[in-house]
Amino acid sequence: MNSVVNFARKPEPPAIAPTDPLGGPHETISVTSTTPATTPAQSMTVKGLAAKAALVRYIPPLLGYLGLIAVWALAAQHASYLPGPVKTWHTAVMLFSDPFYIKGPNDVGVGWLLLNSLKRVAQGFGLAIAVGVPLGFLIGRFLFLNRAMSSVIGLLRPVSPLAWLPIGLAVFKAADPSAIFVIFITSIWPMVMNTALGVASVPQDYLNVARVLRLSEWKVFTKILFPATLPFMMTGMRLGLSTAWLVIVAAEMLTGGIGIGFWIWDEWNNLNMEHIIIAIFIVGVVGMLLEQGMNLIARRLDYRTA
Amino acid sequence: MSTLVDINHVSMAFTAKGQMFNALENVNIQIAAGEFVSLIGHSGCGKSTVLNLVAGLLLPTQGGVLFKDREIDGPGPERAVVFQNHSLLPWLTVFENVHLAVERVFAATESKTQLAVRTREVIDLVGLGHASSKYPGELSGGMKQRVGIARALAMQPQVLLLDEPFGALDALTRTHLQDELLRITRDSGNTVLMVTHDVNEAVLLSDRVVMMTNGPGATVGEILHVDLPRPRQRMELLENPRYVHLRGEVLRFLHHGHAQAA
Repeated sequence: MNSVVNFARKPEPPAIAPTDPLGGPHETISVTSTTPATTPAQSMTVKGLAAKAALVRYIPPLLGYLGLIAVWALAAQHASYLPGPVKTWHTAVMLFSDPFYIKGPNDVGVGWLLLNSLKRVAQGFGLAIAVGVPLGFLIGRFLFLNRAMSSVIGLLRPVSPLAWLPIGLAVFKAADPSAIFVIFITSIWPMVMNTALGVASVPQDYLNVARVLRLSEWKVFTKILFPATLPFMMTGMRLGLSTAWLVIVAAEMLTGGIGIGFWIWDEWNNLNMEHIIIAIFIVGVVGMLLEQGMNLIARRLDYRTA
Repeated sequence: MSTLVDINHVSMAFTAKGQMFNALENVNIQIAAGEFVSLIGHSGCGKSTVLNLVAGLLLPTQGGVLFKDREIDGPGPERAVVFQNHSLLPWLTVFENVHLAVERVFAATESKTQLAVRTREVIDLVGLGHASSKYPGELSGGMKQRVGIARALAMQPQVLLLDEPFGALDALTRTHLQDELLRITRDSGNTVLMVTHDVNEAVLLSDRVVMMTNGPGATVGEILHVDLPRPRQRMELLENPRYVHLRGEVLRFLHHGHAQAA
């Protein structure tokens, strides 16, 4: 009985508002900033409102970063091997003052390290797009292929990316292609799966329109399937790129060569902790920028937000 | 008048959750060229199924649907559909949505300029000339449905199939679009098959109202001839005893005998 009463009293779930598929944080601002405008006692100018919105937008993340640095500084005081923020900052300034020097095969500027890592990711990721998107389309369009590939994907997807490295090394007999292969095999799954999902969830109504018009397969693809699937594809690419960037550090640690990952390992052997911390920041910032860039592109290409 | 569409002893069964479900049983409807026929019935009685059979989106399990004495075996632009929820492609502008249909039907015989002119004309016809570069997301429900009608008309179909075209609109917009449809079909002399659950709409627009019994195994219950003279004016009809009588007939059918099991 009790459960029945509870059930009856259960509050109505809030109406689901159409949400930004890419989860933009900007929507919360307008709500908070317009509230005071409705009360005449605290009426603000538009400029004031904008300033307040900016404050609400930027203060919390800034406090977050400050908190991180504070924790780091505190930890550094209690651990002799960990350099503090100030010391690391001075090293970073020196490091970034000349990012593109080449003093030998294993001694190049931090800019080159980063560019090399980005190049590997771009190659592996690009290859994954070239294979993953068409494969996703086929899987989404043909049920037989869907069933055939689902089992294969289900088996291969949970495998740790680095487990593929020996296979890559055996096949390519070189470090660089193996690292690219690892990136490829890591980032392809979310693209295949999201594209297939997108194709499978094209509304039947749109396909009925195509049937009534008797559109050619090519027109169906360019006018209906592709635009309808694009947002899903972009989600797949976003996920694929983040995992690719996540994996490149580990892959480079194992394969060596010039790159931000191997640099971390190298500096560990040199016991240069400042450089390791700087590398962590670089990897974080670049990853964040990649994510933001993909978000921007996705937003541009999405018919719901364009 | 010659029969354009012949729905001949059609039965339709669906399989849902491993069980056969008889949606339609022995449906017979003949539609003459230039005629406006409405299908009315309670929701779930299979009236949209009848429309989809004529559209060729579904094929009957028994019997056949003939179009100009040939069996319908699939959809085609000569039988244009206005979908219930407009079904515009959200990534194309109003112009592009309509042009897609125009292009499909006339690209083989007409130049690019002619296609564009044709597209513009039909958008003007539904009164949306000012909105042709807008996206469906920027339009109201009524405007979207106008584009849906424009897209269907643009194909110059031999029969226009309307699947509860105004069901999702507010009452005012609905009456407005009904009047417009009355005008367009009067001018074009189109053959129309419309599914509706709005009694006024059915009587106002149609030459005949086909009333369907409730499913499962729905079939044609009665057919009402609407012998009101055209052109019809909504406001004048309101007081017309014949109109009131015909409306009453449809309501009586829907209410008695075929009331939905509660």
